[in-house]
Amino acid sequence: MRVMAQLAMVMNLDKCIGCHTCSVTCKQTWTNREGVEYVWFNNVETRPGQGYPRQYEDQRRWRGGWELSRRGRLRLRGGSRLRRLGSLFANPELPALTDYYEPWTYDYRTLTTAPLGDDSPVARPVSAVTGAPTTIHSGPNWDDSLGGGPENGALDPVVAKLRDELGHQVRFEFEQTFMFYLPRICEHCLNPSCVASCPSGAMYKRVEDGIVLVDQDRCRGWRMCVSGCPYKKVYFNHRTGKAEKCTFCYPRMEVGQPTVCAETCVGRLRYIGVLLYDVDRVTEAASVQDEKGLYPAQLDLFLDPEDPEVVAAAERSGVPHEWIQAARRSPVRDLICTYRLALPLHPEYRTMPMVWYIPPLSPVVDALAKTGFDGEDAGNLFGAIEALRIPVEYLAELFTAGDPEPVRASMRRLAAMRSFMRSVNLGEVPDQNLLSGVGLTEDQVRAMYRLLAVAKYDERY
Amino acid sequence: MCALRKSFDPSGVEDSASAALLRLSRLLTRSDTSPDLRAVHRRGGRAGESYYRDRWSHDKVVPSTHGVNCTGSCRWKVYVKDGIITWETQDTDYPSVGPDRPEYEPRGCPRGASFSWYTYSPLRVRYPYARGVLVEMYRVAKEKHGDPVRAWKSIMDDPVKRGVYHRARGRGGLVRIDWDEAAELVAAAHVHTIAEHGPDRVAGFSPIPAMSMVSHAVGSRFMALLGAPMLSFYDWYADLPVASPQVFGDQTDVPESADWWDAAYLLMWGSNVPVTRTPDAHFMTEARYRGQKVVVVSPDFADNTRFADEWMAPHPGTDAALALAMGHVVLREFFVDNATPAFTDYVRRYTDLPFLVTLLERDGHLVPGRFVTAADLGRVEEHAEWKPALLDDVTGKPVVPNGSLGFRWSAEPGRWNLDLAGVEPALSLHGHADAEPVGVALPRFDQPDGTGEVLRRGVPAVRLGAEKRWVTTVFDLLLAQYGVAREGLPGEWPTGYDDAEEPATPAWQETITGVPAAQVVRVAREFADTAVRSKGRCMIIMGSGANHWFHADLIYRSMLALLQLTGCQGRNGGGWAHYVGQEKVRPLTGWATMAGALDWCRPPRQMIGTAYWYTHTDQWRYDALGADALSWPLGGGHLAGATVADLLARSARMGWMPSYPTFDRNPLDLVAEADAAGADPVAHVVEELRAGRLKFACEDPDAPENWPRVLTVWRANLIGSSAKGNEYFLRHLLGADTEVRAQETPSARRPREVRWREQAPQGKLDLLLALDFRMTSTTLYADVVLPAATWYEKHDLSSTDMHPFVHSFNAAVDPPWQCRTDFDIFHGIARAFSELAATHLGVRRDLVVTALQHDTPGEIAQPGGTARDWRAGECEPMPGATMPVFTVVERDYPAVAARLAALGPVVEKAGVTTKGVTVDVARELAWLAEANGTAPAGPTAGRPRVDTDRRFADAILALSGTTNGRVATEGFRVLQERVGRPLTQLSAESAHHRVTFADTRSRPAPVVTSYEWSGDESGGRRYSPFTINVEQLKPWHTLTGRQHFFLDHEWLAELGEQLPVYRPPLDMHRLYDEPPLGPDGQRQVVVRYLTPHSKWSIHSEYQDNPLMLTLSRGGPTFWMSPADADAIGVRDNDWVEAVNRNGVVVARAVVSHRMPTGTVFMYHAQERTVNVPRSETTGRRGGVHNSLTRLQIKPTHLVGGYAQLSFGFNYLGPTGNQRDEVTVIRRRGQEVTY
Repeated sequence: MRVMAQLAMVMNLDKCIGCHTCSVTCKQTWTNREGVEYVWFNNVETRPGQGYPRQYEDQRRWRGGWELSRRGRLRLRGGSRLRRLGSLFANPELPALTDYYEPWTYDYRTLTTAPLGDDSPVARPVSAVTGAPTTIHSGPNWDDSLGGGPENGALDPVVAKLRDELGHQVRFEFEQTFMFYLPRICEHCLNPSCVASCPSGAMYKRVEDGIVLVDQDRCRGWRMCVSGCPYKKVYFNHRTGKAEKCTFCYPRMEVGQPTVCAETCVGRLRYIGVLLYDVDRVTEAASVQDEKGLYPAQLDLFLDPEDPEVVAAAERSGVPHEWIQAARRSPVRDLICTYRLALPLHPEYRTMPMVWYIPPLSPVVDALAKTGFDGEDAGNLFGAIEALRIPVEYLAELFTAGDPEPVRASMRRLAAMRSFMRSVNLGEVPDQNLLSGVGLTEDQVRAMYRLLAVAKYDERY
Repeated sequence: MCALRKSFDPSGVEDSASAALLRLSRLLTRSDTSPDLRAVHRRGGRAGESYYRDRWSHDKVVPSTHGVNCTGSCRWKVYVKDGIITWETQDTDYPSVGPDRPEYEPRGCPRGASFSWYTYSPLRVRYPYARGVLVEMYRVAKEKHGDPVRAWKSIMDDPVKRGVYHRARGRGGLVRIDWDEAAELVAAAHVHTIAEHGPDRVAGFSPIPAMSMVSHAVGSRFMALLGAPMLSFYDWYADLPVASPQVFGDQTDVPESADWWDAAYLLMWGSNVPVTRTPDAHFMTEARYRGQKVVVVSPDFADNTRFADEWMAPHPGTDAALALAMGHVVLREFFVDNATPAFTDYVRRYTDLPFLVTLLERDGHLVPGRFVTAADLGRVEEHAEWKPALLDDVTGKPVVPNGSLGFRWSAEPGRWNLDLAGVEPALSLHGHADAEPVGVALPRFDQPDGTGEVLRRGVPAVRLGAEKRWVTTVFDLLLAQYGVAREGLPGEWPTGYDDAEEPATPAWQETITGVPAAQVVRVAREFADTAVRSKGRCMIIMGSGANHWFHADLIYRSMLALLQLTGCQGRNGGGWAHYVGQEKVRPLTGWATMAGALDWCRPPRQMIGTAYWYTHTDQWRYDALGADALSWPLGGGHLAGATVADLLARSARMGWMPSYPTFDRNPLDLVAEADAAGADPVAHVVEELRAGRLKFACEDPDAPENWPRVLTVWRANLIGSSAKGNEYFLRHLLGADTEVRAQETPSARRPREVRWREQAPQGKLDLLLALDFRMTSTTLYADVVLPAATWYEKHDLSSTDMHPFVHSFNAAVDPPWQCRTDFDIFHGIARAFSELAATHLGVRRDLVVTALQHDTPGEIAQPGGTARDWRAGECEPMPGATMPVFTVVERDYPAVAARLAALGPVVEKAGVTTKGVTVDVARELAWLAEANGTAPAGPTAGRPRVDTDRRFADAILALSGTTNGRVATEGFRVLQERVGRPLTQLSAESAHHRVTFADTRSRPAPVVTSYEWSGDESGGRRYSPFTINVEQLKPWHTLTGRQHFFLDHEWLAELGEQLPVYRPPLDMHRLYDEPPLGPDGQRQVVVRYLTPHSKWSIHSEYQDNPLMLTLSRGGPTFWMSPADADAIGVRDNDWVEAVNRNGVVVARAVVSHRMPTGTVFMYHAQERTVNVPRSETTGRRGGVHNSLTRLQIKPTHLVGGYAQLSFGFNYLGPTGNQRDEVTVIRRRGQEVTY
């Protein structure tokens, strides 16, 4: 056992209001400069939708992440380093600017400087790349709140997969409307395919906290990391000629502040904490045959910081005492390991991502209510989850490589907590069976409630 | 720092070539690679990490916030490096709201997060600018006349010159001028206008003072010292829920967002909380985990819908039908079939439901009349007409309970309270020994075109009084209006919930709203059931989706009824939560004192914005919506044949609503005339009016002597954002080129009491002055643009109703270029003005005409709720009774600049008054004189200084109860005498709590419970309105002292709106010949045109910000349904054009299945400044969202002089609603030109 400490984030999608404050504060802090106009270390996607860059989840096209060879060993999906070396100058899997969007600004000065003319002056759009007048066809958040849904929604790779492989049709019609928001940053993976793709050795995972970084001094701009990352969270700065990516705000983390995206999240849905894991078993976990086994395999990597053996091993590996303490108090550990509410994003990429998500419960349960039942009644609760507008299958494709059970289990715990707390709220006697049905004790539910609902600053980070 | 670096362990990687490559790469770099290549460790080599550490470094962090029209009042950290603002992130230092609930941190949104862009943006106004052609004329004229005022006059007297610069408005050609010249020109315009036309021809517009009180108040104070009216904004924005004064006798008082957490059931009704209350939305998502049930009412799948347990999607504008049907279920199941004590006890004590109402004979029917008062019972006592009566269930006799308005203004204090003193009010007369069933006629308007019809229902009634009139209770009438049948009553009643013919059943509403009846029954039942179980913790967050309609007052009344019936109002976690441009100047008294210059002269001129614009932009000339189209057949015919312009004139002369400019003569001259004749100015004016020699300006608004002349807009974007009827503003007010397509009203439907001039004027304003930090549609059309400091460049105060703190704006940097704070700009103008005034104006006397005011004895000036017109000989013209209040005020014009900067003496003698409570603040003035110092010399020598923004802020804080516990306690002491019950205990714990400006800088400062508001915050309670009323039995400021279901004013009866009733959206096809809704089969579709608030802007601000434009679609858009898009062959992101009688808009289509068919959204305030091409229809620049709208004034909003239906600034007035509009949409050529 070799113990390492990893900073991880959990985002509770059930609380995400899709406001994009995180995107803006991140952009303002890190990437509002030349060369990275199009870069959003943090972006928020409306789902169903194609995301940013468009259809990044279609790995048949982009070939990011890892796959298993016939011998069951991990290999970069984009092919061997040798193949990559051959495509250094014409990388077919590199997204073009149009796959992101062509950044633009406006001719604002005209409003002030326009001479007396025949009509009111207007600031027309100009390309931020070429400076020439432009028309706007796409942006980093083009699908916002399902804009263009009927025309573009079917191009969501998850929707396509459900349709083509599972025969599940997602309808883009008024009565069937559903949506949720998916904020994304770099996953700071345990098994990062970007790092493995870099021919220059310019990418690294920090030993003390697991943050994945591009060394700005050493990057040679080969961009293999861009194509190697299945989440498309490494970007190319076309001015400096180097790759850049989310840094997990290490200059802030190092002085005890949460990341900008987390602290400025007005939905209060982001949690940051430390997880201890066994670095020796990462490859094994990332190599399990069945994709549905990747989530449990990754869970299994995380170590119990209360376990004396783990603590001893951690100390041997040089994990400082404070970090072990942090792992014990880690809200992220509670959400991932204890309550099993949070799930990884696309575990099938085999990168062992470390930004996890609580699936959106957000139940419009009128499907059930039409039958005359109240979905909030404890007796109907689990039926209601099946009747939610957001298909469980869609969420399972995002978080558990298609296995609906962990998604259902997470949502049931959330729903049970809600039902339990409603009784408490109204001064009535809660139904204890509800809790045992989801494998939680009353103390656990109250602690979960405190973490998710009361969510004080000091307990989120 | 550990300089250890390690690449990820590549063991187990299937690729021998990778090892080779890795070896190669290690040779190219200097590193310590382990021999087996399984791990790469390096010492050193992490120097690259300095790259992002450098970027993160900064010199200082300054707390500030954002102002104007966003009610967030979020605290931000502004980062500064090398004297440059770099970015902002939210602060998290809010005081805790309790250990067991979520905190306010972090408040903010993407709009606020992108604000710093403006600081150095190419959109920034960096220097003073003026229209080039005007500047040239002015310089030539000044050369010739040698005096700025005479120079200005010479241009204004020349119609050709005026026309030249008017027509240049909005067409570019701004030139830089220096500050001195700008101030001189602006001052000259003011001096000239006051001398020639009168101070009421000058006006100021600046909204939402809470969001930067000092910046607002300094300009408003300047206006008040001149005698210039400030224009209201809350009613003008249609954000004022008129139902609030009608029902509560209060402007708007709502819970802080942390109180959502306390709700057990939450309806979000026409309010898209994640988008429009972004910083607060988390309380909603978190409260769900407490078991709160969430129901969303929205015609589209709005962002908040996904948090809902149930979604009800009524057709736009039909919300009242839905609410009535819910009320029907509640009344049926929780009152009639099974009386619920929690509800009946509540409505007996806290609402007007048990009060007695007469039934009047009209055309062979009995119709609801007015409240039975002590006077009707033959009692001879003070204010007997203002003391409504009810029946005591115990004795069966009529009684006059405490708490009504008559007791409020009685000479003998102590009975203005809700103590029933053993009386048990009879809610219904059903089963009463003397009651008989009688038929009543009630209104219905549920035909699609809104025609009024008669509903025959019945009530139990008794005969009462000398005239043996039929009387019944409000509750009995309510049951009849809601169609809740009881045994033995005559009339036509629904047979059950499934009766779709009879209002107001669930099945009936389904035919109107499209919401399944079964769902309505279920939700209504759950709502009421939860109210019982949670003791009134059901809340309705209501928003502009419900509030911006022409008949929004009725929509709101029907929604409020649900809360009142279930005892949810005045409870933590319960009641209404109206969040539409609402604001809460928590330090209300101090702000009002400073903003109104009440320390120097009273009263200030305050104007209802909607009427001002309706009149002066000549929208009245295009308005065919007369009272006849709205009246109920049995209403009495009081308004027959009247147009809105006629009613405005009546309202003005009866003293109901203010009207500026007031007369067709200069009010300074009127006093001078009286003085010359040795007459009393007031008597002189009354006599002139009676004789017809003097007219109200609103009776001939197009006469040049009645035009407004000088308008200053600051902290606002009038033209690009709020100007409903944008094209009419441009044409008539400004004289600019425009695209009004409507025809003027044909002669048969024109006003009778207002003069119609054949030629409508184009270009009334002499000067439009705008202060702003960015170029907007308003600055594009302004004659002079002054470069203002941003929110990060000045000191100011911010508060909101969303949270209970006062905090500050602070200057992170000095204003760059030649920018100045609003505070400095107004002081500069005032100095230039005073200098010119010394020669041109001197000290004058002004006759100020004000309306009968709410919370003053003026509200009991006109008993009985009748409209008596002295002009028509129905009564004598008596100022303050049958007509407005006339006050002579001295104007020391040369002293304006000095007075602006010092606290005047009036407040010392008269104290400060808020909502009828006057507090002596001598101690605060003494403190301010010491803390701020006093003016050393000149006309204000010895007065406390308010000459800097920080001193000014301290004056606001010191004079207000919420921020000064002594003032709060003193106010409660005064109030408790009137009420006759103890109240000072509410602020006792905070009696010594004093907030200074320095406090607001270091951390958001919590406010204390104050008589200025209605919520008890003592002991750390969350603010919820009316908890003081409910718990301390302090009356509401209404006629009965209770919450009103019934409004008995004659004009409301005329429209059939005494009780909540459903009226459909205005039928634009019938009224204005717009084509009928739906596709025409020829590539165009007629749709409802809604302008909800956007995720990507706060009004027009931020919609021009590249970050927001990048995250949205990069320019103006219409959201439309796939069916409507298909009907006209439009695909996502195609350019489309919207055309109606008011104007033309060009934008791109966003096609989404989220949208219901038949409705398009153009998110609010997408202006013409960014990415708006020329239209195919006209060849000119496409318009703003308000190019398609126009003002429609509802006559009942003009009622005044009657209890809670009395004027208050931003409290009651006609709304500038815009939701009832329709438009044609068509696909246009995809090649656009700019």
